Amino acid sequence: MAIRTEEVQINMGPQHPSTHGVLRMILTIDGETVVDARPDIGFLHRGIEKLAEKRTYHQFVGLTDRLDYLSAMLGNAVYAMAVEKVASIEVPARAEYIRVIMMELNRISSHLVFVGAFGLDLGATTPFLYTFREREDIMDIFEAVCGARLTYSYIRPGGVARDMSTGLDQMIRAFLKKMPQRLQEIDELLTGNQIFLIRSRGIGVISAEDAVSYALSGPGLRGSGVALDVRKDDPYSVYPDLDFNVCTEDTCDCLGRYLVRTGEIRESLKIVEQALDALPEGEFTAKVPKVLKPPAGEAYARVESSRGDLGVYLISDGSASPYRLHWRGPSFINLAAVGQMVKGLKIADTVAVLGSLDIVLGEVDR
Amino acid sequence: MLTSDRIAELVRAQYPNAVIETGESGGMPALRVKADEIVGICALIKESLEMNMDYLMSQTAVDRPEEFEVVYHLYSVSAKHYAVLKVSVDKSTPSLPSVYSVWKAADWQECEIYDMFGIVFEGHPDLRRILTDDDFEGFPLRKDYGIVSECEEKSEQE
Repeated sequence: MAIRTEEVQINMGPQHPSTHGVLRMILTIDGETVVDARPDIGFLHRGIEKLAEKRTYHQFVGLTDRLDYLSAMLGNAVYAMAVEKVASIEVPARAEYIRVIMMELNRISSHLVFVGAFGLDLGATTPFLYTFREREDIMDIFEAVCGARLTYSYIRPGGVARDMSTGLDQMIRAFLKKMPQRLQEIDELLTGNQIFLIRSRGIGVISAEDAVSYALSGPGLRGSGVALDVRKDDPYSVYPDLDFNVCTEDTCDCLGRYLVRTGEIRESLKIVEQALDALPEGEFTAKVPKVLKPPAGEAYARVESSRGDLGVYLISDGSASPYRLHWRGPSFINLAAVGQMVKGLKIADTVAVLGSLDIVLGEVDR
Repeated sequence: MLTSDRIAELVRAQYPNAVIETGESGGMPALRVKADEIVGICALIKESLEMNMDYLMSQTAVDRPEEFEVVYHLYSVSAKHYAVLKVSVDKSTPSLPSVYSVWKAADWQECEIYDMFGIVFEGHPDLRRILTDDDFEGFPLRKDYGIVSECEEKSEQE
């Protein structure tokens, strides 16, 4: 008797532990092989671009926390930079250094979540507990500086919400001191793990050319050997004065993206230390009116967030609210390429590819 | 440094009447071009060795009083320079050729513009509502779309 085979469509999500939020993947499978994959998004859509048009410039700061909620400092920063550009606000030097310290700490905490969650996706449970222990230290630093552990609203147009105390300086230095040892522990647990390597090497390959065409950014692009990092290519804040390297890998696979991120944690530690040493005295914020009415005009601000090239396109018509605000979320753009990346892989590899892109659904759906 | 006049010159060499005006947008060189030539112009800007805009950083739309404006923020990974393209789209029959054939990044971004503004991209391989429900009515980012929900409207009337 001939065996009849056919392709089957299955849903992965919207409630699925590997989708890191509310994402539905419609997989067309032939046995265990993925023939086609289509992400279905929008479950977290809150219409923040519309909400921006009905709020004053300061009121919108709180919403920027709720997009990429694992690196809210970077969301705050890109919005603040866009407003500063359109309203021609000069940010004091001290505020710029505090911003860089907080942004890089946030990048470390976000990458730590990635390392833990990616290990978990591939069956390694222990590293998750280790990385969350390390992340807790950063959460404590953020709690000390602004009172919040996740939704900071700390970086605001003009500067930062409040000054950094000397006690905080010691807290951050203590964290910097113990991190190299902790990172080595994670490396021993995960990076050299044979099962982890087999599950991630050569999986989810995307060529440099395709990655650029899909406008991938962040570790997704640098894992394919393209050294695009906004901090180097179009420097903002005080990054030109700081010494750090752009991490790239040529393997174009899940392992490459993982190694880029672990490398970036080490680079960020370097940046934080330099910024702490160079932190000047002075004002922590410029004088910004309570109701800001920037002159009519437009601005595009761009930062390298934990997930990639985060952009804000802001149009002012001279009134107290933005005429139009567009949020270029790297998670949204990176996710668009996942359909191509998983074709021909097994279902279990889809989990690895999704994990390696490190998307945050709050930013995908906005 | 690539200026908007230089980009216009290069574009005009191949499409003599396509550039409507040049200027700047947030410090980047900006061009307003004709909608019907957009795919050819984008391909030229991407392929030209001098411009080499291989990275479609952001594509979005703006609801202006008289028209919709589709805005392309372009970047060159190798040369590290920017360009902004703007295209006016008629409000009564909003449609525009898709640039998916030039940059794959246009796929989801054009879906989002369609979802939020109702601008139809001709030649797009899979144009659909991407953020809202499939049976959602209206286009939320148009200025005439209210922000108050039906529920609140009812309670206000009562």
